[in-house]
Amino acid sequence: MKRGRAIVGFFFEGLCRGCALLVCGLVVVILGFIFSKGAKTISWEFLSTAPSQGMTHGGIFPAIFGTLAITLLMIVMALPLGVAAAVYLNEYANRGRAARVIRAAINNLAGVPSIVFGLFGVGFFILFVGRNLDKVLHTGLLFGQPALLWASATLAILVLPVIIVSTEEALKAVPLSHREAAYGLGATRWQMIRRVVLPQSLPGILTGAILSISRGAGETAPILFTGAAYFLPRLPVTKIFGMIPMINPFDQFMELAYHIFIMATQSTNPELTRPLQYGTAMVLLSITFGLNLSAILLRIRFRRRLRRA
Amino acid sequence: MKSFLRLLAPLSMAACLLATAACSDSSKAPEAKNVSPAAPAPAPASNNITVKGSDTMVVLGQRWAETYMKEHPDVTIQVTGGGSGTGIAALLNGTTNLANSSRPIKAEEMQKAKEQGKDIQEFKVAFDGLAVVVNHNSPLQNLTLQQLMGIYTGHFNNWKEVGGPDQKILRYCREANSGTYVFFKEHVLVDRDYAPDCQTMPGTGAVAEAVSKDPNGIGYGGVSYFENRPELKVLAIKKDDASEAISPVGADGKPNASQIRSLQYPISRNLFVYTLGASSPEIKAYVDWMLSDLGQKVVTEVGYVTLKDQGSATANAVK
Amino acid sequence: MEQLVQKPLVAQSSNLKEPSPRASRRENHGLRDFHWRQRFREGAIHVFLAVNGYLAIVLIGLIFLFLFKEGFHALQTIKPMQWIGNKTLDFDGREVFSFVWQPLSNTPKYSLLPLLSGSFLVALPATFFSTLIGIGCGVYLAELASQRTREILKPIVELLAGIPTVVIGFLALSVLATLVQNFFHTHFRLNAFVGALGVSLVIIPVIASMTEDALRAVPNELREASYGLGATRWETLSKVILPAGVSGISASILLGMGRALGETMIVLMATGNAALFTGNIFSSVRTMTATIASELGSSAQGSEIYYALFFVGSVLFTITFFINLISEVVVERMRRRLRL
Repeated sequence: MKRGRAIVGFFFEGLCRGCALLVCGLVVVILGFIFSKGAKTISWEFLSTAPSQGMTHGGIFPAIFGTLAITLLMIVMALPLGVAAAVYLNEYANRGRAARVIRAAINNLAGVPSIVFGLFGVGFFILFVGRNLDKVLHTGLLFGQPALLWASATLAILVLPVIIVSTEEALKAVPLSHREAAYGLGATRWQMIRRVVLPQSLPGILTGAILSISRGAGETAPILFTGAAYFLPRLPVTKIFGMIPMINPFDQFMELAYHIFIMATQSTNPELTRPLQYGTAMVLLSITFGLNLSAILLRIRFRRRLRRA
Repeated sequence: MKSFLRLLAPLSMAACLLATAACSDSSKAPEAKNVSPAAPAPAPASNNITVKGSDTMVVLGQRWAETYMKEHPDVTIQVTGGGSGTGIAALLNGTTNLANSSRPIKAEEMQKAKEQGKDIQEFKVAFDGLAVVVNHNSPLQNLTLQQLMGIYTGHFNNWKEVGGPDQKILRYCREANSGTYVFFKEHVLVDRDYAPDCQTMPGTGAVAEAVSKDPNGIGYGGVSYFENRPELKVLAIKKDDASEAISPVGADGKPNASQIRSLQYPISRNLFVYTLGASSPEIKAYVDWMLSDLGQKVVTEVGYVTLKDQGSATANAVK
Repeated sequence: MEQLVQKPLVAQSSNLKEPSPRASRRENHGLRDFHWRQRFREGAIHVFLAVNGYLAIVLIGLIFLFLFKEGFHALQTIKPMQWIGNKTLDFDGREVFSFVWQPLSNTPKYSLLPLLSGSFLVALPATFFSTLIGIGCGVYLAELASQRTREILKPIVELLAGIPTVVIGFLALSVLATLVQNFFHTHFRLNAFVGALGVSLVIIPVIASMTEDALRAVPNELREASYGLGATRWETLSKVILPAGVSGISASILLGMGRALGETMIVLMATGNAALFTGNIFSSVRTMTATIASELGSSAQGSEIYYALFFVGSVLFTITFFINLISEVVVERMRRRLRL
């Protein structure tokens, strides 16, 4: 009897262990496959030049730059909003009914399909906000067309829940005693938040920011109609006052994830450009993996420090 | 707190930069990359040419842009696909300077342009043969237009009905708004509907890819996409049972230029570029260049068929 | 006294509910000792943060509004019956009732059935696979693995979640599809099954990590009581802990299904996109997401198909919205029960 129970337990526990190993195995296989195939393509030239000869040769520099530009703009827009929302939720609203509804909305926002964000980007940002801005400012057709600005705004909404949730987690981890000490010294609520809570939760906020950059860099569907270009060898850069170069938010852009998509489905000969596809996939994977890994490490360190405190 | 500020500082600076750009950039500041410091300040906006439209032509448009920009470093051209319909719509909306189209403009699109008081100019820039491909393992050599229609409308479902092996047919086609889809529907299906089990691929490249891996697959697309692909077999097409089968690909593996140009090959078509009548000299210059020998040379390189017999043109040049 | 102090704050943010007095002890910290300027600043900051706080609700509302606004146009020209099916002439001129999505035909057909069946034909199997593997993985991480193993395995599972979907789609298209065809000898090389396998890679991490969280939230007393009664580790797990965490796990499955329905790039690249109304998992299918992704870019703004695609988007959004809502409610219930 006892033996039978032990065998059943052994069997099912083995099954669970098998599942975990399978998942890890999948990660290793996917990574290994892409990296072993992609490594042959990667060279300085591949990373630093634009595609040429009908995208069958050359590199992916504009796509790398475009990815960096779009995620930078995205995080500039999303981080302040997300952090502010999390501070409100955790420090002001806390457990009221409003907070419950907001949290439900955030979770729901996190589950909205990415293609729906794409539709929203077109319907709201480009056609509604953009076209009306053009009408009001008399700028012809500047805002009302697909552009870096709208693509990154769309992505910003997409990653907002990631930032809010991880920021809130970080805020929660700040011990009550620290807050009370600040109050005891005569601080107002905002002073307490600014000088005690935010500095302590900075690593957690940073983790959220990194995770959301990685998420944003990997998304394709939301930017399909909001600004990604098939071929745009120059960088989406402009000079303000004729001298300081900066990202031009009104330009379209090439993007790594989108580049993989079109190379795999629309290039003249997908078989011939396979090495380029693997190379691009490897670059994209390196970026997202690097970011994810650093976020994970940061979080582990952060949690350890909290445990010690 | 300091470290937090340190994090926020670059971000807020970037935000400020953005804001200033949004204000100062309303005239699309001139391009930085290709301007040498000694050069006079280039005219804004007009040096930027946007090209949008046909996915079939996106590779051609991209190669044209690439070559033209090498010759004219002060011009930047950006190329986006999306389909012929998108291109023409964008031209009417004013979001693009040039519209590539693999089908002639529709009457209702012309009507819309007239209503907006816009004058659309059409340029024929190249010829293209639509090739029908099967897997290289298929014993089939040719099909009539009638059979092709039967296959794509779902009337024939087995290869043996058209003289092939006893296998089910797997149909691959393009997605609904590509010019290729529309052209094929009008000229081969005589405006009937595609069979619902047609697998729509996001690009002709994907069609080629799929057919090369499917022994029972059939697909179609611009002939240039199927050049030098040993896993694919380009079928010869007969107008009807009595007429001669013509392949869009010659014995040398290059497109069968003369047959396509003369429209003897039954599914040949023109490729078009559309502009607005009141376009800038830069755009005119670009279109003229496309039609010149240099531009047409690119057409051959990409695998399409030039407007004129390029062989005699170069011969003239040599004389 | 307390009320007096709180008032200016509330007055400035008239749309806000006053925080309930027992909600938090921190609320009791009054501002009466501070200079009016400081009080004003505190109030302004409160309002500013609150505006940001409500942003998520506003955004959900905006998405609803703008999707339905455009989708509504489609309802004006396309009759309700047309969303289900159409009378069409077949090849020999006979009239048949068919369920076809063919917006660019001479008689445009907008049947949603093939798209819905396609979406579910990918999402249900994908959810099924990932439930099996994800729960197993989550159970192992939460209950069986040692501290050290968990610290290594968990990041790896999270890395799987970090693979961009376009890369998975690319692999499914170029490698997985061939493997599946060679193994199952299917008619369609690209089919719902290939898509489902690809999509399950995306939702396995979702289910695994949510399962782990749910199991770890089960109080330790339950485990100890069970061991105390002489149960083995597996008996404790299957008869005590899993039942206690079941609502969290089912929420994770629902959430995973929502993600599967909304996944775009993988299905666009790997399912072949034939809009067939079918229940055959090895058939090529076209999902709602893939339809939007492949056709919206190439349809002119304001055309009928453009609005029809927004309508498809509205349908998709409504479905995922309710799935997410249910999973949210389930999780909320679990939290409340475990707190008791």
